[in-house]
Amino acid sequence: MGGSKSNPAKSFEEIEHTADRAYRVRGKNLRELFVRAARGLYSLVEMQLKSETKTVRSIELEAIDPESLLVAWLNELLYLHESEGLGFDRIQIDYLDRTSLKATVQGTSTRKWLEDIKAVTYHNLSIRETESGLEVTLVLDV
Amino acid sequence: MIRKQDLNRLKNYLWEIPISFHPEMKVPVWIFADEELIEEALDDLSINQAVNVACLPGLVAHVAIMPDVHQGYGMPIGGVMAARIPEGIISPGAVGYDINCGVRVLASKITYQTALPYLGDLANSLYRNCPSGVGTGGSLPLSAAEFDRVCRTGAGWTLAKGYATKEDLERTEEFGCIKGADPDRVSQRAKQRGKNQLGTLGAGNHFLEVDVVEEIFDPEAAAIMGLEPGCLAVQIHCGSRGFGHQICTDYVQDFQKAVIKYGIKLRDRELVCAPFASPEGQAYLGAMKAAANYAFANRQALAYHARRSFQEVFGSQAGAEPLRQIYDIAHNMAKIETHQIEGQKLKVCVHRKGATRAFGPGFAELPVEYRPLGQPVLVPGSMGTESWILLGTKASEELSFGSSCHGAGRVMSRRQAKRSIRGDRLREKLEGEGINIRAGSMPGLAEEAPQAYKNVNRVVETVAKAGIARKVARLRPIAVIKG
Repeated sequence: MGGSKSNPAKSFEEIEHTADRAYRVRGKNLRELFVRAARGLYSLVEMQLKSETKTVRSIELEAIDPESLLVAWLNELLYLHESEGLGFDRIQIDYLDRTSLKATVQGTSTRKWLEDIKAVTYHNLSIRETESGLEVTLVLDV
Repeated sequence: MIRKQDLNRLKNYLWEIPISFHPEMKVPVWIFADEELIEEALDDLSINQAVNVACLPGLVAHVAIMPDVHQGYGMPIGGVMAARIPEGIISPGAVGYDINCGVRVLASKITYQTALPYLGDLANSLYRNCPSGVGTGGSLPLSAAEFDRVCRTGAGWTLAKGYATKEDLERTEEFGCIKGADPDRVSQRAKQRGKNQLGTLGAGNHFLEVDVVEEIFDPEAAAIMGLEPGCLAVQIHCGSRGFGHQICTDYVQDFQKAVIKYGIKLRDRELVCAPFASPEGQAYLGAMKAAANYAFANRQALAYHARRSFQEVFGSQAGAEPLRQIYDIAHNMAKIETHQIEGQKLKVCVHRKGATRAFGPGFAELPVEYRPLGQPVLVPGSMGTESWILLGTKASEELSFGSSCHGAGRVMSRRQAKRSIRGDRLREKLEGEGINIRAGSMPGLAEEAPQAYKNVNRVVETVAKAGIARKVARLRPIAVIKG
């Protein structure tokens, strides 16, 4: 995967949830947090892409705060999978502030996608500052 | 975490968290549970989530929690709340993403003994005819105009197309169509997601199951319903697929602004809501009804496919009426209902999340033959375990806004289930017990293992003893179709 060079194994971890799926993501800044949250989502569904010509998509989103923007971003990726069967292994954030995002993503149709994720939720959602950067826990409805 | 000493025992099988527990609580929380189920409920965050719900503005009476409760996101699964109309709220987050997820049961006159040699063929045929799995293509493609007709007329559309009988619609909650659905309040994205998914089961905990009617507890009611001991029945559990998921996603996102506009304070942002009578609230209501109607049509389409399979496998033995509808109920929905609350008749918006409407005898919106009985309550167990047909009671109208349980309720996370259970071994075990399994994903099967759920018999025993439903029949599974 392109983008961040950090160890992906440490960038997110799945946590226990009785009925749904939940994962914790850490990043040194908002940009890294958004990229890792996307990769975490793809990792949870064990996404694999087909070997075919790459598709490039531009994504532009606005929201009322960083948490809302994060949910909108991940739900956008879920929508692109469900409506067009697409997944992305190259994620480039072109612009990001607390309420708007521009990204260019590159990928193909998915060969494998294990879980039917209905949506990314706002449940207890809060991007928190830690000693090493930012941390957020996301709950997915499955 | 909430501890057992924080609860008051109101009576057997009913516990209360009083409003003194938290300064922001507007109404108490009532939990229907026996000693074991209350311990399980306190094991995860489900009761904390119920307390968050009890802090929402405009609620009446109490938040009711069913014995199959488990942790969700926002409202716990197995939660019921009622908001005053028009000054209360409506909450897309409290209804959840799978709008009108529900259950349908159909009954056959074919006996288990007659069916036994053909069960493998029947499972194969059902797996072929009822598409399941992640992102599966729909079995009934729709034009844009037809899509809007499905949104407006629900199961009525399937009747016009020859996929339903009149009796199917009579034996469906709201007769398969909630009036006032407004497809113009639905995004193009939601329509795009739903366009190719009508007539599909999906994945996760959704399934189609063939059962045997194992034991009858109320012979008179069972006879009126069409349930015969030793005969086959079919259960269909699914909802509004990507269409409903996207509608909820859109409105939960939009309503983040509405809570600021209307000055609503939330303990969890997933519980976003808007005043019922506001433009935002009414827009969501219209869109939610469209998703609900889509789900009624979806389960009807799957019933049509199941009937085709029975005809294919049993031919003339299936009879003129191969699968007669028992009932179809929603367990994720906001409904406008009138309830007697503290001596007053009040119009309220009842939100049920993982809970079933369970009105008692005399309810006018039932087919004539069901009115003396009450509304059927369909309670699927976990995969491989029993399921139940119950009836609503007058007591449920007094205690739980006419609501009862919706299933077994999870106790083990999906992650832990996948770590500790292997899908292929589970399939072998269930097949060894005489249950034919057809599943697209072995990890998906492991996630739904019976060990991951509470004991459904205990849940049913609790609702029966608490008086919010009564037993009619128990079903035993013989074939399971899953994505």
